[in-house]
Amino acid sequence: MSHRVGVVRFPGTNCEFDTIDAIRTLGGDAEVLWHADPSLKKVDAVVIPGGFAHGDYLRCGAIARFSPVMESVAAFALNGGPVLGICNGFQVLTEAGLLPGALQKNVGMKFLCSMQQIEFVSTENILGKGSTVGDCINIPINHFEGNFVCPPEALAELETQGQIVFRYTDNPNGSTRDIAGICNKDGNVVGMMPHPERATSALLGSTDGTALIQSFLTA
Amino acid sequence: MSVAPEDASVHRALGLSDEEYEHIYELLERHPNHLELAMYSVMWSEHCSYKSSKIHLKRLPTDAPWVLVGPGENAGVIDVGDDIAVAIRIESHNHPSAIEPYQGAATGVGGILRDIFTMGARPIAVMDPLRFGPLDDPRSRWIAEGVISGVSGYGNSVGVPTVGGELVFDETYKGNPLVNVLAMGVLPAERLVLGQASGVGNLAILLGASTGRDGIGGVSVLASAGFDENSEDADKRPSVQVGDPFEEKRLLEACLELLDEGLVSGIQDLGGAGITCATSETASRGGAGMDVDVSAIHSREEGMEPFELMTSESQERMLAIVEPQHLERVLEISAQWEITASVIGRVTGNGQLRILNGFDGEVLAELPASTLHDDAPEYDRPIAPPDDLDQRRLTDASQGPVDCVENLLALVCDPSWVYRQYDHQLFLNTVVGPGSDGTLLRLRHPTSGNETGRGLALSTDGNHRWCYVDPYQGTKMVVAEAVMNIACVGAYPLAVVNCLNFGNPEHPEVMWQLSEAVDGMSEACIAFNSPVVGGNVSLYNETNTVDIAPTPVVGVIGMHPTLSEPPPSIGLPPDSPLLLLGQEAGPDASMGGSRWAWEIGGCKDGSLPTFDLAQAVRTAALVAESVQKQRLEAVHDVGEGGIAVAVAEMAIETGVGARLDGYDNHISMFNESGGRVLVVVPSDALEEFLEEAANKKVTAQVIGRTGGSSLEFGPTVKVPLDVLTAASRNKLPEALGQGTISA
Amino acid sequence: MHFEVRIEVSPRDGIANPEGSTIERALPALGFEMTGNVRVGKVIRLQVEADSVDAAQSLVEDMCNRFLTNPVIEDALVEVLET
Repeated sequence: MSHRVGVVRFPGTNCEFDTIDAIRTLGGDAEVLWHADPSLKKVDAVVIPGGFAHGDYLRCGAIARFSPVMESVAAFALNGGPVLGICNGFQVLTEAGLLPGALQKNVGMKFLCSMQQIEFVSTENILGKGSTVGDCINIPINHFEGNFVCPPEALAELETQGQIVFRYTDNPNGSTRDIAGICNKDGNVVGMMPHPERATSALLGSTDGTALIQSFLTA
Repeated sequence: MSVAPEDASVHRALGLSDEEYEHIYELLERHPNHLELAMYSVMWSEHCSYKSSKIHLKRLPTDAPWVLVGPGENAGVIDVGDDIAVAIRIESHNHPSAIEPYQGAATGVGGILRDIFTMGARPIAVMDPLRFGPLDDPRSRWIAEGVISGVSGYGNSVGVPTVGGELVFDETYKGNPLVNVLAMGVLPAERLVLGQASGVGNLAILLGASTGRDGIGGVSVLASAGFDENSEDADKRPSVQVGDPFEEKRLLEACLELLDEGLVSGIQDLGGAGITCATSETASRGGAGMDVDVSAIHSREEGMEPFELMTSESQERMLAIVEPQHLERVLEISAQWEITASVIGRVTGNGQLRILNGFDGEVLAELPASTLHDDAPEYDRPIAPPDDLDQRRLTDASQGPVDCVENLLALVCDPSWVYRQYDHQLFLNTVVGPGSDGTLLRLRHPTSGNETGRGLALSTDGNHRWCYVDPYQGTKMVVAEAVMNIACVGAYPLAVVNCLNFGNPEHPEVMWQLSEAVDGMSEACIAFNSPVVGGNVSLYNETNTVDIAPTPVVGVIGMHPTLSEPPPSIGLPPDSPLLLLGQEAGPDASMGGSRWAWEIGGCKDGSLPTFDLAQAVRTAALVAESVQKQRLEAVHDVGEGGIAVAVAEMAIETGVGARLDGYDNHISMFNESGGRVLVVVPSDALEEFLEEAANKKVTAQVIGRTGGSSLEFGPTVKVPLDVLTAASRNKLPEALGQGTISA
Repeated sequence: MHFEVRIEVSPRDGIANPEGSTIERALPALGFEMTGNVRVGKVIRLQVEADSVDAAQSLVEDMCNRFLTNPVIEDALVEVLET
């Protein structure tokens, strides 16, 4: 795999180096893209990683979407470039309008960090290569605002267009229709609340994220 | 000129005694002005000066070849090999959390993290030992919920995983919760930075949040005064500090970048006593002086008085000592991270700390920098054991409403409702997270990220019941418990940090508890070859003059030398022999200090069971080695609630039961004899294991066999696992999960 | 002219509001009678310079649409006061 991945770093991002570690462990190459620099440094794919970009102040992702790098990410995505938003990155992508819907507070009104089982609903996207619809995998979640909401028309469209990528098998946060991850119509932009980079080591408890990152690296 | 000031009410209001005032007069050879008095008062408060405890803390062992920095700096630092050093510290935020639980806990996390990155280390782990009043008290629930949310809200957002801790509910903490926070960080060994200012002409740069009126006098008002009924909230609220994890995150990244580029010659966080403490400590550690320009301090509010600027405890600030030629680059990095940076001081050579209004302006205060801490008073306060101690120890603590199954159901409690709210996986190091005995993290080089094939283990432990019954032996058992916890994840101990939570030091009984605890800790640390590398003392933990039960909390850090596979879980596998390691308790073990006695029997007296420290040392070594060599199928330390609670936790974990023989009475089930561990070994390895235990002089006995869907302690005591599991898992969500009730 | 602005951000009708629901459950448990439908939003206060009330209003509405609210889940009520 000769893929070079750019991992966006906003002030307050905290999963950027974990994501880079996981990508490198799986044979990819990765580097940081500073939010204030519009250049994507000719990377082949972009990850917007987890964390608390700009402290999650105002709303998760609300300030981050205005960072200079995001215009370039949007253009890259429109050109079919692979873009993966993980957790806070998913929130940023919805705020930026690259994915529909929004993520609000968990129904239990608590932050949740736990291992969660999710099921592949569609594999026609940058994470699905090598997986089959119906595959169940264990990936940790780590969020307060992971409760996906979406206007009914947009939701119907997500369902009919195969844009729901993952559902929780045991909904932890009240997310509409158990949605854990979605993609855009072309499948090149994916947002998911669970953290695949946290499931890439047997020593740490799960390697189920490996297939997703490997798929991403060949997208 | 006389020693007595014109108006004695000023220094008294600031919390300085007449004797302390006289001492200041002698040091300055004149009367101090109000600003100077304010500075002495915050620096000589109990919180900053340890004036009541210092004399005892000197008895703790602090040296070992691997100790790079011992007590007295911002954090202890040890060498863990492969050019990696580890910084570790524990601190209390008890009084602020009693007033505003969320912010109290949040700023506690923020403060301890700054202590770690001040040393040049990236913080990679937080642990939070928490103690609250009983769950049936609505206000205690409100405090618990707020504190837990504060740790979660700040820790998660600032981006440091909370990887373990403790959760204790007891009447003794009803008006006075204990919120202790431990943080650990890693740094390249060669980058160790100390909080020193040297080099005349170097600049002192204040980095981070602007200085506001929050926490003015917080040190003396919040941390050094007990609470009484009427003043509980209202008049103390103005000094509550508010935490901003996003500011802290940017400050952390900026400071680590400054250190990476070698731009600072010293750095110091601003905690208690704010700028006064940071400027005087850096100057006197470096054998220098400093001119501080109060007009250069970036402030949040208009019209702040110099004494407010100098003592404010506004959060998320650091003081960096920088050579003038690096100033420009320092300002650049600060701007990149959107951190405000102001040059507020200049290092001088005369040892004087001068507070000025403009570097060439009026001198507002001038005092020898070192007098603020080196000359702080030190008290040898009266010590006396409680009058009724002998009588208390004769009490039989085994009496009470015995119903073994019901008692067990009352004592099990799954804490996952709490730790699920904490990010405990960030940085991809967490091999064993919260909810087990010890925490185990992969050890990787902080800059290269290279794996060392080794792991760092952490555990925090305290036990107010043991320490109330016998602070000396209780503290020994606490240290042993912490070491045993890390042994269960395969680690041997390297060092200890402590947080000594006690009542009012003006009560001779409290000073006796403190002194006894220090002696017990000292003895145990020597036995486990683990020096104390840092600590914190929190006194005046009392409500309406009733002191809390003494609660020394220790954090132990240890090393797993060969980490390639996760250690065995606590969960029972089916159909294997269950063994108890460690000293035999016997059928008439004392129940004094046990959870059963306190929570079910209603008896707080009695004496502790006998404790064999030497055997505990051998047991911990055997357990750690067996875990490292992957010889065990399951392992769990026996702590609060005795063997019954320990085996219940093991059974709940995997849904596999066990049958024990001859443990069907409350004494054998619930006694808390120290230094014991439950292990499961494969049947075919049993003989070999027993032989090895015998060789290592560790008592080992097969006490039962795993399997089935219930837990049996003998023919008459049997509990189905589903009942046990429900009792354990539902307890916290039912008590705390139903929304917040604030009064 | 100088205007003081108060923006009330509230969850859109039909969008679940976990904070509101939690309070709704807690109030009766504390013995407070209520009829339901608790919604929790937030209030933002700021100052703007504009030529008229209408100009200030439209400036702030623009801020809301682009930044201060997320129209997928939130509505804004803008109140402009001359100072």
